[in-house]
This record gives sequence, structure tokens and C-alpha cells, in this order.
Amino acid sequence: MSLSREQVEKVSLLARLLLTDVELETMTRQLGQIVEYIEQLAELDTDDVEPMAHAVELANVFRPDELTPSYDRAAILANAPHSDGECYLVPAVLGE
Amino acid sequence: MSLCHSTACELLGQMAVGRLSAVEVTQAHLDQISRHDAAVGAFLRVDKKGALKQARGIDQRRSRGEQLGLLAGLPVAVKDLLCVQGERNTCGSRILEHFNAPYDATVIAKLKQADAVLIGRTNLDEFAMGGSTENSAFQKTHNPWNLDCIPGGSSGGSAAAVAASMSPLAIGTDTGGSIRQPAGLCGITGMKPTYGRVSRFGLVAFASSLDQIGPMARSAEDAALLLEVIAGHDPRDSTSVAAPVPAYSKSVKQPLAGLTLGLVREHFGAGLDSEVEAAVREAVRVYESRGAKVKEVSLPHSKYGVATYYIIAPSEASSNLARYDGVHYGHRTDEAAMLAELADERKRIEVAGGTSATAALEKLDTPLVRMYRRSRAEGFGPEVKRRIMLGAYALSAGYYDAYYMKALKVRRLVRQDFDRAFAEVDLIVGPVTPTPAFKIGEKADDPLAMYLEDQYTVSANLAGIGGISIPCGFSKSGLPIGLQLQAPPLEEERLLRGAHMFQEATDWHTRRPPLITVEEG
Repeated sequence: MSLSREQVEKVSLLARLLLTDVELETMTRQLGQIVEYIEQLAELDTDDVEPMAHAVELANVFRPDELTPSYDRAAILANAPHSDGECYLVPAVLGE
Repeated sequence: MSLCHSTACELLGQMAVGRLSAVEVTQAHLDQISRHDAAVGAFLRVDKKGALKQARGIDQRRSRGEQLGLLAGLPVAVKDLLCVQGERNTCGSRILEHFNAPYDATVIAKLKQADAVLIGRTNLDEFAMGGSTENSAFQKTHNPWNLDCIPGGSSGGSAAAVAASMSPLAIGTDTGGSIRQPAGLCGITGMKPTYGRVSRFGLVAFASSLDQIGPMARSAEDAALLLEVIAGHDPRDSTSVAAPVPAYSKSVKQPLAGLTLGLVREHFGAGLDSEVEAAVREAVRVYESRGAKVKEVSLPHSKYGVATYYIIAPSEASSNLARYDGVHYGHRTDEAAMLAELADERKRIEVAGGTSATAALEKLDTPLVRMYRRSRAEGFGPEVKRRIMLGAYALSAGYYDAYYMKALKVRRLVRQDFDRAFAEVDLIVGPVTPTPAFKIGEKADDPLAMYLEDQYTVSANLAGIGGISIPCGFSKSGLPIGLQLQAPPLEEERLLRGAHMFQEATDWHTRRPPLITVEEG
């Protein structure tokens, strides 16, 4: 199944990417080829196979619920593109 | 010169008896880097001052008779994908170009504790996505054996650094072959341990259920030493395995008695280069001459490995890389330009008017969403975008069962193939790659052709088992050819002993590329 440009554009919003017209065109062609290749899995009968999400199939791993020191806020915020020293700052979310 | 051609174990021996100091060893490798890295491009950053300071400290402690770590005074080059506190960790990406890691990865902490000298950070495909190191946002790395060729990837910088004698040891990561493939193409020894053998804490995630850190070195003995230092359970990585770490460096020299090797029928089909096939078959004869038995086995689902991998890995990547949002760290787009762009789009819709205007205005991104989208579009390179898109598509409503869930089921079939094969044989032996290193740029426009390079390596990641790549010959054009050994989960010891057995009988691993000196300023 090949992908349409509209589908690729929709996925780019889901993926929070903004693609140029040229990128959309290339991406539509290349994703189409890759998807066509991966569709060969459809020929396998997997009805009775349990999915395997992980190589080491561990059950829940818990640690003791103890307080431990965390990272220094200033050190973490030092990497933020925009902060007020306490919070991350983002463009207005509500209203204009 | 001969100093930086020595193995890590040789250097350790010389330092232990006082014939060499850590400063001399470090300086020799720094000199080799300044002579040759302008042409090879293995390193993104070299920490000359810091490395010499670490080395001096080790020499002083040695002279005071203090107990030193397993790697005391040995340079280790680290892929630029692991966090080192207070230092940059770019992941080969513009989006993290100025990111400073707030903590040490567990592997880095272990290297420091073992008194290794952290000599510099190596180039990689952006976020480890690629098989040629061409996807780095910063520079190309060249294969030391032929500078027109790729070194493989994604740990191409680490492989080239070891091959070009710029560091005796290096750290790589392997999600679908990213240690074994560049090791094979650069003629060095590289191991992907069992999933969970080495802590992933502080390793920037690509595909969390597949990623694994491993050693890259000039011999199995050296790889054993490095693995012994970095392996082990870590409470900060809940997927790390709580199994004791064997003393790999002690056991590596014991040959495997009564060894049965498995040759995989499906490995020797169409697409395998005849020189690679000949070198692999010759390597099998070497094992036979050392008493090994050879049996043909089948991995019937191996032909679905690449397809399965290129659903699972991008799906996990699209989730993992959602964290690069221009808010918490990394690149953020220019906000004024972003707001102007949105205002402009709004205006154009309003001017055009008509019945669809209301719907178009409703569909217009909010400033926050547009900030995410522009930041990510500016920060990620084409291959990373492609994989995020592929993953987002495979996970999207209506496709999840057909792609992602289907791939997880085939993943189990791949694992079951290995379990059945390992009931009959001790190690699986075969090629690492279908061909020797190809030319830089040759596959740059054909992502699918690039993905098929991974056909012999991805299955180990899907199944979670370990694999090692060792040099087993050269093509007529002088490019290294790798041999891959694979073993059941947690049998790293078997892999290393099997690799050492071969290196005792052959000298491929001792060959060094004839680098031409390029004097740098």
C-alpha cells in the first residue's frame, strides 16, 4: 500500500514535525517504499503467537519507596531554552 | 608509533611494571589523533587537557602505591550518546548541539571508577540512526582503511578511532548492529552484549527495548577487559539483568573445548558478496582445524528481521524522541519568527475567505504546537525525521495492529528460531555485513538499501542475544571483512573465548591501516 501526501502530512502533525513541500514529497515516496517492504510481514500467520515487547521479559520491577536526593533545579534548568529560574517558559497556550 | 598500535592488555602490562606511564600512553594517542583525525574525522571533541590531567593523577596514585582500577591509564573513546556530567552530549544532532549532561551515565561512572582516561567523544549517526555515520549533523567519518569509504555506523567514530590507533578502547552502542557492523567494516573487535547485561542509564535512548552499550577494541582480550568493567546490574536501569558478572578478562584465553558451531542456511543466499562469503567459510575452517564441529542450522524467520526491526525501532524512536520539544532542553525555534509565520498564515486564510476559511483557521497550529514543530524540524536531520514519521505512522490509529503488534509477534518467532538453533549448537557463526564498506554517498539517497545492510545483525537485537564481530580477512581492494559470532543470552564469556580462539590462530586483528600523516596546525 502506498501512502498519500495527505496521510504523510497528517502524520507530520502527530509527530510534531513541520515538513516543507519538498520534504513532504520525498517523505511520501520513501515512506511508501519502506512501508511496502515491511508489509511482507503480512504473509506470516501469527494468530497464535504472543507479542514480544521486550527481550528480557521482566515483571514489574519495584524499588523501595525511599526518599533520595534529586537533581539540583538550577543545574537542570541551565539546559532549558527559556526559563524564569523556576519554571520552563512556553508560548501562550490559552487565549491570544 | 608502536605504542599506539599496542593492545590495551599490552599497555596495561607495561604500565604495571613502570616501563610506561599513563601520561606517555595518553600523549601517544593524542599525538596519533592530531596526526590523523583531520583526515579520519573519528572524534567530535578531544579532551587533551582533561585526558592528560586524568593520566597524571593515575601516575601519581600509582607512584604512591595506591590500588588502581582495571583500566588504569588506558584511553577510552566514548560515543557521543552517553552522558558525562558537565560535558556536552550532542548525539550527533543539532537539537542537542549545546546540551550539557547533568549526570554521568552508569557506564561512564564505571569507567571513571576503573581509572580509564576519557580521551574524547566520537562521531555517530544522529541519535544512532544509521549504518554509515553519514547522518551526523557535524561531520563525516572516513574508514581508516580507505578514506573514500564509510566506517559503518552508527558507532562509526568509535570504530574508526580504534582502527586508526587513536584509542585502544572505545564505547559503542548497538540497536540493530551499530557496534558489530562498524567493527566489521573497520577491522576491529566489537561486541553487542545481551540486552540488559550493561546498564543503559545515561545513554540517550533510541529504541529502548533494543539499545545496548558494548566494548570496541583491537582484540577479544581487550574487549573482555572493557566488558568486565561496564557490565552489571544497575538499580537505575530496571531492564538491566541481575546476574553476576564473570571475570571475562580471566577466562577469555581458555579455548572452548568440544565447540559446535552453527552455520545459518539463510545467511548464504543472494546478496552476500562472494569475497565476504569466502572469508567467512575460511574462518569456519580455522575453527574446524581447532577441533570445532560445524552444523547447519536454520533461522527461518531471519528474512523478516529487517522488516520487523524497521517497525519496532522507529516506533520506539518516535516515542523516545518526543522529549525533544524545545521546552526542557535542546534547540528551540526563534519565537518571534514563529509567531510572525503563524500571523502570516492566518492573514492569508482570511484574505482568501470562502467557505473553507473557518475550517482552515481551526486547523491552524496553536503557537505551542507550532513551536514544537518548528523546533523539531530545525533540530533533526532527514534520517531522524524519516524514522519518527515511520514510527508515528506505524503506531497511529488504524495501523497499530497491522504493523506494530504484528512486528512484536514476529519478534517472538525470531527469538524462537534462535532458541531452537542454540539447542543444537554453541555459537552461530556467519557474516556481519553483506559487503565490505561502501563509498561515502553511495546509499545516501536510498534509505531502504541502507536498511538492508543490517540484515545479519538486527535479529540479535530483536531476540536480545549477544553477538561479536571480529576481523576475518580483507577484500581484494584492501577493506576489512568481519565475522560474527552469536550466543545464547548472557553467554558473553562464550563469545569472547570463541573470538579469542580465532585470534590465536589468525593475525587479521593485528593488521593496521597504512594511514598517511596529515600534519595539523
